[in-house]
Amino acid sequence: MSLASPSDDQRFGLSRRVSLPGPLRLDGGATLSPVEIAYETYGTLARDASNAILVCHALTGDHHLASPHPRTGKPGWWQRMVGPGKPIDTDRFFVVCANVLGSCMGSSGPASIDPATGRAWGMAFPVITIRDMVRAQGLLLNHLGIDRLAAVVGGSMGGMQALSWAATYPTRVAAAVVIASTARHTAQNIAFHEVGRQAVMADPNWRGGDYHDGEPPTRGLAVARMAAHITYLSEAGLTEKFGRRLQERAAKSFGFDADFQVESYLRYQGLTFTDRFDANSYLYITRAMDYYDLAEEHGGRLANAFAPATRFCLVSFDTDWLYPTAESRAIVQALNAAGAPVSFVELSSPYGHDAFLLESPELDRIVAGFLGA
Amino acid sequence: MTLRPDLAIIAAHVARGSRALDIGCGTGDLMAALRDRAGVDARGLEIDAVKVADAVARGLSVIQGDADVDLAGYPDASFDYAILSQTLQTARAPHVVLDHLLRIGRRAFVSFPNFAHWRVRLSLLWGGRMPVTRLLPEQWYDTPNIHHVTIDDFRAFLRARGIVVERAWFLSGDQEIGGAAANFMAEHAVFLLARNQ
Repeated sequence: MSLASPSDDQRFGLSRRVSLPGPLRLDGGATLSPVEIAYETYGTLARDASNAILVCHALTGDHHLASPHPRTGKPGWWQRMVGPGKPIDTDRFFVVCANVLGSCMGSSGPASIDPATGRAWGMAFPVITIRDMVRAQGLLLNHLGIDRLAAVVGGSMGGMQALSWAATYPTRVAAAVVIASTARHTAQNIAFHEVGRQAVMADPNWRGGDYHDGEPPTRGLAVARMAAHITYLSEAGLTEKFGRRLQERAAKSFGFDADFQVESYLRYQGLTFTDRFDANSYLYITRAMDYYDLAEEHGGRLANAFAPATRFCLVSFDTDWLYPTAESRAIVQALNAAGAPVSFVELSSPYGHDAFLLESPELDRIVAGFLGA
Repeated sequence: MTLRPDLAIIAAHVARGSRALDIGCGTGDLMAALRDRAGVDARGLEIDAVKVADAVARGLSVIQGDADVDLAGYPDASFDYAILSQTLQTARAPHVVLDHLLRIGRRAFVSFPNFAHWRVRLSLLWGGRMPVTRLLPEQWYDTPNIHHVTIDDFRAFLRARGIVVERAWFLSGDQEIGGAAANFMAEHAVFLLARNQ
């Protein structure tokens, strides 16, 4: 166990990257070696390494959790939750956030170089699962000298990882915070993702995933993002933000330009997404989410996935129709059946699934209280 | 922190180190007392999201849920005690909730305001109006108390169902009184129940 402080230990700090030898055996049968992981750490690891919190990011997130993005300068994606004196208090906890396996933000994924060929993996990259992401994070924690997490925290796909952490390594997780998430992808969840994947693969520039020497399939990826983005918002939220208002014009054009503000907004969301995300990574990560079904991994009974050794806190939002409250309740019921200590609350928000990333004093209070206990 | 008198009675009689489920736990006053004073592994169920947030912020394990709906999800005999304080009269189906209590817990604490207390009777007899008292402070139209019950009603109900009363406490003005005239004199009651073996 390292006794070094972050300042003189190269493993700790912002924008870190490590190549772990592995091999990482994947659920699909393939093995990955080496495993590249991009990550950041905040705060100071206690001498006994007992104060570590792993924060897991969502589908298109990255490891720049609470620090400005080195390229874009944008604030970290959960800066309001993580920092000194914040609900995930870096004065008290050593916080780790790693880019997930399959992503394109620095960890091994279809956009990274296949050591066997010297070219981008593309579709030759093995299909991965949420549990594979968790196992890769497990390798990283070994590297950092962290045996047991004080907590694992995540929203949306991050919540799936948090649940998978507790199920895969029950003795390594003291507490889990699962926000706006689910224990499985439903047919509707899979359906929306399939629309996105088909949009990517229908783009002629996709070329079977082998586009790295030419134009990437930005149009397909933009459409995928547009469809997904709708699922992150509520009808009421869209109505409040855009209604039927027209975009910089007095009347309808009787054409197919972006007449409505909501069209213009979605087009913009789609376009800017293609600047920062790899189309193949989008295919791989959405696939991992679709394959995810914690109960299936445990004999069809969700309660079997959990041990009473981990404390859980689940939060859902009343307008989230992507992972609605009923999904959280099913997890709570399974945790009750497993005898695990569990807290659950449904918070009210007009913003749908995205609420977990937005200002929510109630969420802050719950997370801080739960982690502080 | 000073506990409400019925909660103080319950807190004093839950065995050290046991497991308890507090249904309608509010912000978790009883749970915190049980945890801190008797090392009880306490879990809670509360319908109000803000109160749940308060309780979770105190480090308690509380689930937002409705006793009428969500007790069904708890496994049999998973707790030593199921506690229902001042909540029975708000349930849509109190008899079903009580069945769940004794299914989930080996024993159950139930406390409720007594609708046959003399002040309630006077209010109806002389005023001809639904009583608004210290323990029943809401008007008829906005009260959460939709199943008013008297101590004698409850005793008869337990007898008919073969539920064992291990102990009972009766309170008037927060003072404990005897059981004989309780149906007339007690403002609220606490029962410790057990399944009929």
